[in-house]
Amino acid sequence: MHETDMTKALIVTVRNWWEEQPERPKISHIHLVVGQFTCVEPASLQFAFEVQTCNTFLDGAKLVIREIPLIAFCHRCQQEYRPEIGIQYACPECRSPMEDIRSGRELKIDRIEYNYLTDNSNLKSNHAPNL
Amino acid sequence: MHQTFDAALEINLLHANQEGADHNREHFDRWGITCLNVMSSPGAGKTVLLERTLAALSKEFKIAVIEGDMTTELDAERLRKYDVPVIAINTGRSCHLDSKMVAGGIHQLAHQYNPSQLDLILVENVGNLVCPAEFEVGEHAKVALLSVTEGEDKPLKYPVMFQEADCLLIAKVDLAPYLEIDLERIEANVRQINPHVTIIPISAKTGEGLEAWLAWVQSQVRAKRSLALNH
Repeated sequence: MHETDMTKALIVTVRNWWEEQPERPKISHIHLVVGQFTCVEPASLQFAFEVQTCNTFLDGAKLVIREIPLIAFCHRCQQEYRPEIGIQYACPECRSPMEDIRSGRELKIDRIEYNYLTDNSNLKSNHAPNL
Repeated sequence: MHQTFDAALEINLLHANQEGADHNREHFDRWGITCLNVMSSPGAGKTVLLERTLAALSKEFKIAVIEGDMTTELDAERLRKYDVPVIAINTGRSCHLDSKMVAGGIHQLAHQYNPSQLDLILVENVGNLVCPAEFEVGEHAKVALLSVTEGEDKPLKYPVMFQEADCLLIAKVDLAPYLEIDLERIEANVRQINPHVTIIPISAKTGEGLEAWLAWVQSQVRAKRSLALNH
């Protein structure tokens, strides 16, 4: 259940960002990018996120996970291919080993969507901070 | 009414662990220590491998062990018989060591011993083929064990672990004749995802392959030492 630890790390990172914002906006969505060639199970992350954010500054925020396929590049064939995880990783054409992974190892917080809860007359900010 | 804003973070989820691992490695480098992270599924033979390693190399090198175990000190007790410092870290419910736990281990170690006297730290990770692969602890090389009883397909099923390994020990090869297992198939499966890994078939029981393993460890330590001397 390392997703629990990863979720803790995720919340700490987002909290650090949030505490730097002078107006403490309401975070509505956190967008994650998770490669398929990682040891992370998106469903476990979702579950851990819901449990750990309950009654915190992230209560009600949605975790949006974009999965990235495993794509490798075969230097002999000079082309990309999609290894079949759990079955076959070598190049399907020439059987060269999977050496050059082009995508699938990603594990990052991509972006955060947030808003300022205000009434109609008092919109406090209209630009995203420069990060 | 509310307006939605967007902030690009692009921060790795394991950023904090990675920073901690880099910090640990800086300490090791300053002290001229080689750190090996030993990983496998439970029962593959990590502890007996460390026993054999300590028995053979503890005269030549000053070695310490950081022992990750979920709840007990049983493994640590086995290794203390070899008269080397063994720091036991109970990970509790966590299924892997992370860089912060290992940093705690290093601090404990530094209270009792002068770390600059050490040559080698062996980290025995929690038995698990999944999580430890994603959590660096500051090691210079990763050692994975796969025992023959686990089956040929494990490198395909747990590819991240086997892709990250610098040295793969195929353990308990003395049992191979009793099993329907194809050692070449294991090697081929590993090479599909990690063509340059050093593969050593090994048996702690018969001693097969131990010499090659010890030579690999020695080469890691000597390379680090000469690097430290040149700085």
